[in-house]
Amino acid sequence: MTRTSPQLLRRLLRVSLLLSALFIAAVFLGICMGSTHINVSQVFKSLMEGSEKNAMVHTILWHIRLPRVLLAALVGAALSAGGLVFQALLRNPLAEPYILGISSGSGIGAILGILAGLSRFPGVSLSAFAGSMATLLLLLFMSSGESMLRRHTLLLSGVMINAFCGALIMFLISITHDARLHNIIFWLMGDLSLSDMHNVWVVAAILLPSCILIFFLSNAMNLLLMGREVAHTMGIHITMVTSILLVVTSLMVSITVSQCGPVGFVGLVMPHLMRLIFGPDHRVLVPACILGGGTYMILCDLLARTLPDQGEMPAGVITAMIGAPLFIILLKRSRP
Amino acid sequence: MTAAIEAIHLHYAYGEYPVLKDISFLVDREDFFIVIGPNGSGKTTLLKLIAAILTGQQGTLRLLGKPVQRYSRSEMAKTIALVPQVTTVDFPFSVTEMVLMGRSPHLGILGMERRADLEIAREAMAFTDVLYLADRKVGSLSGGELQRVSIARAICQQPRILLLDEPTAALDLGHQIKVMDLMEKLGEETRLTIVMVSHDVNLAAMYANRLLLLKKGEIVSQGSPDEVLTYPNLEAAYDCPLLVDQSPLGGFQRVTQVPRKLITECQAHHSKAQGS
Repeated sequence: MTRTSPQLLRRLLRVSLLLSALFIAAVFLGICMGSTHINVSQVFKSLMEGSEKNAMVHTILWHIRLPRVLLAALVGAALSAGGLVFQALLRNPLAEPYILGISSGSGIGAILGILAGLSRFPGVSLSAFAGSMATLLLLLFMSSGESMLRRHTLLLSGVMINAFCGALIMFLISITHDARLHNIIFWLMGDLSLSDMHNVWVVAAILLPSCILIFFLSNAMNLLLMGREVAHTMGIHITMVTSILLVVTSLMVSITVSQCGPVGFVGLVMPHLMRLIFGPDHRVLVPACILGGGTYMILCDLLARTLPDQGEMPAGVITAMIGAPLFIILLKRSRP
Repeated sequence: MTAAIEAIHLHYAYGEYPVLKDISFLVDREDFFIVIGPNGSGKTTLLKLIAAILTGQQGTLRLLGKPVQRYSRSEMAKTIALVPQVTTVDFPFSVTEMVLMGRSPHLGILGMERRADLEIAREAMAFTDVLYLADRKVGSLSGGELQRVSIARAICQQPRILLLDEPTAALDLGHQIKVMDLMEKLGEETRLTIVMVSHDVNLAAMYANRLLLLKKGEIVSQGSPDEVLTYPNLEAAYDCPLLVDQSPLGGFQRVTQVPRKLITECQAHHSKAQGS
């Protein structure tokens, strides 16, 4: 029997179950491990008994680690699914969630927020979100109407926005000399360390409906890859599907970046990894990227906060340091 | 019974620039209809109008008796299928996966295929002789194989009218005949209407039962291959020296291009003969 078949549903379930198991294991690991040593039995005890017996352990587990693990999962899921959508939409395997300039716009917003002396939450995250929405509007304006369907228009608009915003970011950094410089640099590296349940709810509220919508358009993404004329003759409303995917994904990525800064690489490598393992069918890849991306990000963030003896490193460093070699190994092995 | 395709006074322009001018023709059901003509004659535009990829034409265009603009997207997808000139797939889909996508118009939003759909896909692959490639990646196929997979994808869509845009243009002699034979067999077995755009007038002469010859958006001639492929028609359309005679296989016209140097030689010979 060939691989796609009436068993698509079964395949979807198998992949989802496998990755869900990994995901839950990663969440558990992420809660159990950290700079303060708490063993597994203490975790279960705290879960059962609530905060009365050991308030310190309870606070660390459920008010510090859990939000951080959940936020990492959401960020990983959003960026992986975002990368997957942009790769399909632009029909370019090198696309990633930041390719259209959303993160750079967000960056400008965040830097302006930091320079204006806003607090991290909600001030800077709001200004970052405003920045990314401004870039999205600019992008839609630049490539609106018929020209959006020419795939290079969108890509080139994104490259130009990225270049321009990049220059602006450099300029803003170059005129900043005080302690705020450190905040800016840390924001730009992607930072999950300041998360609480509030961030988790904000990101989840945007992310979950977006993911469902993207899943329902996953078959349309498959058909889009056959070329736009063929997709059209197979009944796909190309302008509508493209616009919905573009806006929903941008929104998803914007909210992520505004909360945690542009965490790098996960959005490029996860869609590829999942495609190498599970094949190119988006109906399987969308859930695989959401679960796999979440798992990957939890583990990378876990390493980022436990590896250094003191403090922690930016999670973006780990995502690339592990992801790139892993990706190369899989790529070598997948060659027919 | 209504015609498969009915075009009456069809006009189409890209902005100011007219591409099709006053085109009227009929394609009967089960026809093997081939549109020929030089580059820029509007062949592909015509195909895109029929597929409703382009809209905004003037005049009437009906598919199976109903105007194109009255078709919904899903109705259209069940009525016509398109085989593009080249298929580029940048992502590693297998042949089966690609052919199965043809079932999409008949399935729900996620395109969850049932056992019957896989059966239809396998039949289509068997028909175009690509069943042995079922698990291969589309990207690893040769041009001829890929074209047959693309045709299987279109057959799998179970349309009433199959549109093909220069399906033999990038193929070698053997694969050209193979694709054309396939189309002929398909027409005979499934009673599908086939509309093809082609540059190859000789293949058109051998396979089509009706031809439409276009030049600069206007009809030069239409009818049976014998009626259309005459020296005056072809010279008017292609604007180059040609030789039109009967194929040694018998029964159809053969068109041969004549290189410039033979004509000069011929003229030189002629004037020498006159001089002496």
